[in-house]
Amino acid sequence: MAGSGLQIFAAYPALGPRGGLYSWYPLQNDSPPSWLRFGGWLAGARHWHFAIAWFLIFNGVIYLIYMIASGEWRRRVFIPKRDATNAIAMFGYYLRIRKTPPPEDFYNGLQRMAYTSAIVFGMIVVLSGVAIYKPVQLHWITAAFGGYDVARVVHLSCLVLLASFTAMHLILVALHPRTVVTMVTGGQRG
Amino acid sequence: MARLITRRKLLLGIAASTALAGCDSRAASMFLAGMGRWNERVDRLLFSENRLAPEAPASELTPEADFPNYFISDSMPIAPDNWVLMIGGMVARPAVYSVDDLMRMPRTGMRIRHHCVEGWSAVAEWHGVQLREIAKMVGASRDAQYVEFRSFDNGYYSTWDIESSMHPQTILAYGMNGHALTPEHGAPVRLYSPVKLGYKSVKYLTEVNFLPMRAGGYWEDQGYDWYGGV
Repeated sequence: MAGSGLQIFAAYPALGPRGGLYSWYPLQNDSPPSWLRFGGWLAGARHWHFAIAWFLIFNGVIYLIYMIASGEWRRRVFIPKRDATNAIAMFGYYLRIRKTPPPEDFYNGLQRMAYTSAIVFGMIVVLSGVAIYKPVQLHWITAAFGGYDVARVVHLSCLVLLASFTAMHLILVALHPRTVVTMVTGGQRG
Repeated sequence: MARLITRRKLLLGIAASTALAGCDSRAASMFLAGMGRWNERVDRLLFSENRLAPEAPASELTPEADFPNYFISDSMPIAPDNWVLMIGGMVARPAVYSVDDLMRMPRTGMRIRHHCVEGWSAVAEWHGVQLREIAKMVGASRDAQYVEFRSFDNGYYSTWDIESSMHPQTILAYGMNGHALTPEHGAPVRLYSPVKLGYKSVKYLTEVNFLPMRAGGYWEDQGYDWYGGV
C-alpha cells in the first residue's frame, strides 16, 4: 500500500490544489525516491493500490471484531485514566530520566498508547483514502476531512506516522529480540 | 478454551498461500484484473444519477493560468472553420450541430472541482448543454449502454457508461469561467463532468456516438481504469 501510494503521489508530488499549493509543505514537487515506489507507473500503482486496499480493510475489520468480541481490547487499548501515568513514566525510563521502569502487566502504558494510536491512524488512513478515491460520490466523507486536498494531506500524513511507528517497532524488537517469540506464539495465557 | 485455528496453523497457512501466489506476473495481472472488475462493480453501485457534485464557492476558483491543460497532438489542436459536432450511433435522428446550434439549447452551468488521475484538483466554471438533453433530441436508443466521444486531437477518444453520460452535470461545454472555451481547454466544444476523472472528459470533440457495446479510450487502452469514476 505504501509503495503503490508513493508511486501515485509521484504523479503530483505536491500538496494543495492547483494554483494554491500549501506554503507550509517544504518538499513541493520533490518526488519520493524510486526505491520506495511500487507498481511501475501511475496506472499500475493505482491498480495495485485499489486492489490491496480491500485486503487491508478486510484484515482491519476482522481484527477489530476479534478485539471487541474476545474482550482482548481491555488489556490492549490505551485508556488514559489507567495508562497515562504509566506511559509517562515509561517514556522517562527510555530517556534515562528514570532509573527503573514502571510496573507493567500485559503491556506498559507507552506500548498501549503506541499500539492504539497505530490502530487509530490505520482507520484514518482508510477513511481519508476513501475520501480522495470517491470525492464526488462520497463527498460527505471528503467534506468531513475539510475537502479533497486536505484529505490527501491527512492520507499521506498517516503514511508517515504509520511508517514511523513501524520503524520504531522494529528498532525496539531488534533491541529486545526475545519478544519475537512472545509475539509469534501469543505468550502465556492468563 | 479450545481454538479451532491455532496461531501455528494460521501462520503455516499464510506461508503456504504466499508461496502459491509467488510473484508470477501472470498471476499478478489476473489478480489485478479481477480486483479491477470488482472495483468497477463497487464504482457503479456507488454512482447515483441524482447525486450532484457539490458547487464550489467562488473563493476556491483556480486562477485560469494555473488550471492545467494538455493535448496529445504535437501542437495545440485548432478546430477547422467548418467545425461541426456529429451525434450518431444508435439514435433515431442523427444530428450535426454547430456551436451556435448548441448555444440555442437549454444552458447548464456549474462551478465544480476537477479531479485528475494524477492527484491534483482545480476549480472552474463550465457551461454548455446537458448530454441527456441531446440524447432526448436525437432519440438515443434504450439499447445504447455506452457513449463514445471522439476528437480532432490526434485520435484522442474515450467511452463512457450510459448512466454517467446521462448525469445532469455531464455536459458538452462550450464555455469556461464565463467566456468561450479556449483552445487550451478543448475549443470549440468539450465533454465535461465532475463524476469522472479528468482524462475521461474528451476535449476538441468531433463525434458523440451512442453504442451498444463498450469501447476503449486513449488512456484506457494503455491500462488506465476504464470507468474512472470519482
